[in-house]
Amino acid sequence: MNAIKFLFAAYIATWVIHAFYLGTLVRRFSRLREQLRELGKK
Amino acid sequence: MKRFFPILSILTAILLAYALYQALVVVPTDALQGDVYRIIYYHVPSAWTAFLLFLINFVASIIYLIRRSPKVDIVALVCAEVGVVFCTVVLVTGPIWARPVWGIWWAPGDIRLTSTLVLWLIYVSYLVLRRFSTSAQTQVLAAALAVFGALDVPLVYFSIWFFRTQHPQPVIGGGGSMDPRMLRVLLINWLAFLCFAFLVCWSRYRLEVLHREVDQAHALESLAGAGMAEKASLPLSRSAP
Repeated sequence: MNAIKFLFAAYIATWVIHAFYLGTLVRRFSRLREQLRELGKK
Repeated sequence: MKRFFPILSILTAILLAYALYQALVVVPTDALQGDVYRIIYYHVPSAWTAFLLFLINFVASIIYLIRRSPKVDIVALVCAEVGVVFCTVVLVTGPIWARPVWGIWWAPGDIRLTSTLVLWLIYVSYLVLRRFSTSAQTQVLAAALAVFGALDVPLVYFSIWFFRTQHPQPVIGGGGSMDPRMLRVLLINWLAFLCFAFLVCWSRYRLEVLHREVDQAHALESLAGAGMAEKASLPLSRSAP
């Protein structure tokens, strides 16, 4: 039963790492779109 | 391409869910390790995906050193960054698997574990160099670093053949035997992670292109402010460090 905890911890850790990286990509995309909008206004 | 992206995203999500179901429910339990061995279905495909991405980074870096193509440089950068993410997964899931099986989180001095950590550090250095260097030669230096860094990939892979190590033999080509049902699920998971990695790389590629366009627009704006807009003709390769 204790080993199951390690199994789920590994699977959850994997998706937490991927979700964190995808989150940084989304943040960088939105920041660049904002900069493009500002450049368009000028 | 834009229409293809959501379709591939949906197909990848379905494939990842199917692979997860196969790994957790369908495939039989290992006689020795019990259920914890199922970590293999995330640990090993992540390692293979990271190796593949580092290999693409290596090839792209060599091509960049020869041709100085900005698109190839972006491919190298993207593969290194996504490769580091997958390598991080390997370094995190490995100790979580090792603890219940070996009784320790990490085997200090073990060649497989140490060389994998060194591999991760090399590509993190590559990304740090690209992020913070302001030199005009950053892309060339990074490509050279990537070429030497890639030499660690075969060392990581073959280390368990040539050195005594706590790490088990490879599941394919290592002389060990794996239940065909387990191998099939392992390959399904790898395919799912490959599709996922492709989507992430694609998004990161578009992000980098957009980033360079914004940098170029900023540069043109600065030149226009200085009354030099007509003379300005900035190639994409010089617009971002």
